[in-house]
Amino acid sequence: MSKLKLATVWLDGCSGCHMSFLDLDEKILELAALIDLVYSPLVDAREYPDMVDIALVEGAVASEADLEKIRKVRAHTKTLVAMGDCAVTGNVPAMRNPIGVEAIMKRAYIENATTQQQLPTLGLPKLLPIVQPIHQYVKVDVFLPGCPPSAQTFHAALTALIAGTPLDIPALTRFGA
Amino acid sequence: MSPDSDVKTLTIDEREVSARAGQTVLDVARENEIPIPTLCHLEGLSDVGACRLCLVEIAGSPKLLPACVTTVQEGMQITTDSERLRKHRRTILEMLFAERNHVCSVCVANNHCELQSMAQSMGLTHIRLPYRNAAYDVDASHIRFTVDHNRCILCQRCIRVCAEIEGAHVWDIMNRGTNCLVITDLKDDWGASTCTSCGKCVEVCPTGALFNKARVGSPHPKKPEFLPYLNLMRNA
Ligand code: SF4
Ligand code: FES
Repeated sequence: MSKLKLATVWLDGCSGCHMSFLDLDEKILELAALIDLVYSPLVDAREYPDMVDIALVEGAVASEADLEKIRKVRAHTKTLVAMGDCAVTGNVPAMRNPIGVEAIMKRAYIENATTQQQLPTLGLPKLLPIVQPIHQYVKVDVFLPGCPPSAQTFHAALTALIAGTPLDIPALTRFGA
Repeated sequence: MSPDSDVKTLTIDEREVSARAGQTVLDVARENEIPIPTLCHLEGLSDVGACRLCLVEIAGSPKLLPACVTTVQEGMQITTDSERLRKHRRTILEMLFAERNHVCSVCVANNHCELQSMAQSMGLTHIRLPYRNAAYDVDASHIRFTVDHNRCILCQRCIRVCAEIEGAHVWDIMNRGTNCLVITDLKDDWGASTCTSCGKCVEVCPTGALFNKARVGSPHPKKPEFLPYLNLMRNA
């Protein structure tokens, strides 16, 4: 059997899900025998490959760049996994929603800045008016809640996804777990 | 047996059970260890039918009925679990999550929340509805307790425990729909209200809406088990 292509993607999240994924420790070697990590913040690839079997997406959709990225990922992925509460519910990044982009930007770059008090105009993607979970924009195949999902959850979920066996997610994890 | 007899026979999920007249469907189901999910019901308080999670099917009735406020009748045929019920219960939970801000990961009640564990036991992995993203007030004026309306599911347990057990009736409810709020006195600050500071409302609140300030940053399990004992003692 040829190896499955795995990608991991980082949108608006704290990278905690990626950290928890790495907490698989030596079990990663077990997985490495079955998958190729073709795209990830953990590897060098710059372009999202043409077709990926499983993509683990951390983080909510908060900016125009996130939106562009998730659309691309969806178009080139067979099984898209929303990994962690930010991807699944919006979670902490979405707590800015009732406050509004303008107030948040002002707070971060003007009120709380001691030098260079100005809004950035270059190099930062434009924030969307509200932060939303991934499934508000593209179809999600598997929802893996948890903040972050535990390493055991990742192991059980990935093993099942790779083998194509049934996966009982509520038995493994929940919002805030 | 005549229909007015004190003992009623009925079926729940095709099981024959007997009940005393005046018992609720929920009571009888629990006595027979037939699970029905509930959020607003709490052993030791009156029932108000606020959350609708306990909806059941009753043969001959086109409407679904809340088990906690439906009294048994002779010959009733009750179904507590079906595709239709699961769909409605799931939607009710999703609406609760979408209405206010239930961010479990940063909630004082994380891991000790009935809404969170109910979502898990109902197999909820995501909320299909768009979140409303509304901002609700937080009243931290009380020296020991806080009410965060963002986490309130309007189960009204706090109102009932305050009126029925503590006898103070400080909590009440105002407005309708998404504007609905639990209030202390006539929407006075909690700290300036006639609250007796007994803390019963905090212990019965199923979510992180009512919490003890001293527990912020540490696990905050709620302990509503005291209610039946208090009721027993007062009836003794
Ligand atoms: S504050 Fe808590 S106990 Fe009171 S209605 Fe809201 S969720 Fe229920
Ligand atoms: S438990 Fe019956 S309506 Fe809430």
